[in-house]
Amino acid sequence: MLQLTSVTKVYPNGVHALERFSAEIQLGEIIAIIGGSGCGKSTLLRAVAGLDRASAGTVTLDGETITAPHPKVGIIFQEPRLLPWLTVADNIGFGLSELPAAERRERVARALDRVGLADKAKVWPRELSGGQAQRVAIARALVAQPEVLLLDEPFSALDAFTRKDLQDHLLDLWADTRPTLVLVTHDVEEAVVLADRVLVMRPHPGRLFEEITINLSRPRDRNAPLFDQFKRHVLTALDRSLDRTVPDAQGRREPGGGLWW
Amino acid sequence: MTMTVELQAPAVATPQTARAPWLTRLARPLLGLLLPLSLALAWELLVWAGWSNGRLVPPPSKVFTTIADLARSGELTRHIVTTLSRVGIGFGLGVAAGTLLGGICGYWRMARRLVDPTIQALRAIPSIAWVPLFILWLGIFETSKVALIAVGVFFPVYLGLTGAILSVDRKIVEVGRIFRLSGPAMIRRILLPAVLPAYVVSLRVGLGLGWMFVVAAEFMGASEGLGYLLIDGQQLGKPAQIVAAIVIFAIIGKATDWLLEIATAPLLRWQDSFARQSGAA
Ligand SMILES: Nc1ncnc2c1ncn2[C@@H]1O[C@H](COP(=O)(O)OP(=O)(O)OP(=O)(O)O)[C@@H](O)[C@H]1O
Ligand SMILES: [Mg+2]
Repeated sequence: MLQLTSVTKVYPNGVHALERFSAEIQLGEIIAIIGGSGCGKSTLLRAVAGLDRASAGTVTLDGETITAPHPKVGIIFQEPRLLPWLTVADNIGFGLSELPAAERRERVARALDRVGLADKAKVWPRELSGGQAQRVAIARALVAQPEVLLLDEPFSALDAFTRKDLQDHLLDLWADTRPTLVLVTHDVEEAVVLADRVLVMRPHPGRLFEEITINLSRPRDRNAPLFDQFKRHVLTALDRSLDRTVPDAQGRREPGGGLWW
Repeated sequence: MTMTVELQAPAVATPQTARAPWLTRLARPLLGLLLPLSLALAWELLVWAGWSNGRLVPPPSKVFTTIADLARSGELTRHIVTTLSRVGIGFGLGVAAGTLLGGICGYWRMARRLVDPTIQALRAIPSIAWVPLFILWLGIFETSKVALIAVGVFFPVYLGLTGAILSVDRKIVEVGRIFRLSGPAMIRRILLPAVLPAYVVSLRVGLGLGWMFVVAAEFMGASEGLGYLLIDGQQLGKPAQIVAAIVIFAIIGKATDWLLEIATAPLLRWQDSFARQSGAA
């Protein structure tokens, strides 16, 4: 279980990026974090990844406090961040250097196959399209078999079609080993397609505004009326989170609880 | 430094240019020769036609006979070997020092704060200004010459390396952090490959300066070397010998730069550079 307790981050320049953010995330859950620009989503993810230390509060994974990158936690950034001097296969195997070569090769081959890029193994990153590069980044994170995978707007730089493709793909991959996914996004539809719970944040300072449980069975039909209702629900919450006259919502909904309208 | 992962993937087709690739590959350097060759030819014809006596600016044919004469007497080889070994040793020392200090100052902020201001101040001194001091300290012979060349090579290598390390993309370093690389592994697997392109450029700049400084060094009293040929040609009024030495400088300088480029090319195959896009790969 991933537990965030009153995570607060004040940057050295005095920006209050995150204020007492708490959440409890079960193993295998898919969480979407959504909110206006600058409300601390990336800050939150970096704290969970152990890339930056929180100013106050703690992040624990199965009781273990995270202060530095943790072997069970992987992250996919907004950009692929492939190492340009390694081939695609070597990029994917980058985090596996401790494994014996044969096993590494085997796992990389499987991961490549899984993201549909088996024919690109020996190619340099510069020869990939944006979507292919992001798939390599996904494979690189997944091949280490993380228990928790953090994704910071992983598909935002892609066109709508590729994005939808990769969302479905991510769900397939998730179904394999069921890691915890924490996904930051700006895309309401993406949040509703993927997540069990959507956490809506609000800025100045960044904090949790509302939590919405999406109790739709998978695979989800993007055209179903209920899907639309959830989308509208998230959208309204998002709108209200940006309206400064609305006080912080406190209500947390139980899974399966009634919708508020 | 790379970890090779073998996979049974279908071979990637090499991109084909429209024309036969070997033809373009041959034609490209020839294109560069067009201008100097036609200028040389024009001058040769002018002198041959009697429009100029070619005494101060010798025609190519005269330069060639001078080179041939020097080569036949074995003198040429001696001069070339002398100059080459001076450049080689000076370059080696300069690169070693520049790499060591540049690496340390780029990596450790404390070392940078401590050492960099001094190096920057020394850099402001025109390197030739060291000559009298080097001669006093190290004598007129090889040591002072090699030292001058090493100083010339040191600065671009040092600057290039510190600059490259400081500008390594934080985003890529974070990839290393996420995979929990230790300090040495971070250097070997992230920093080293990331700085390599800029480092190679600084080596080539350093080599160019090395060739510049060997001339200066050989001006300060040498009894052999290509720089000596220049001075000798001036003192005895033999412009053909001067031009011959210049031509040889140009050829060897270009050749060493080319060797450096060839030697480092395999390390930089991954680069997505402008040159590659315009088809110069
Ligand atoms: N390294 C930093 N130093 C100082 N302030 C920062 C730093 N990173 C982010 N901030 C500030 O912290 C706040 C939250 O930033 P963060 O990147 O977490 O927002 P975000 O929710 O991810 O926004 P976006 O949706 O635009 O990516 C912003 O006001 C930003 O200016
Ligand atoms: Mg962000």
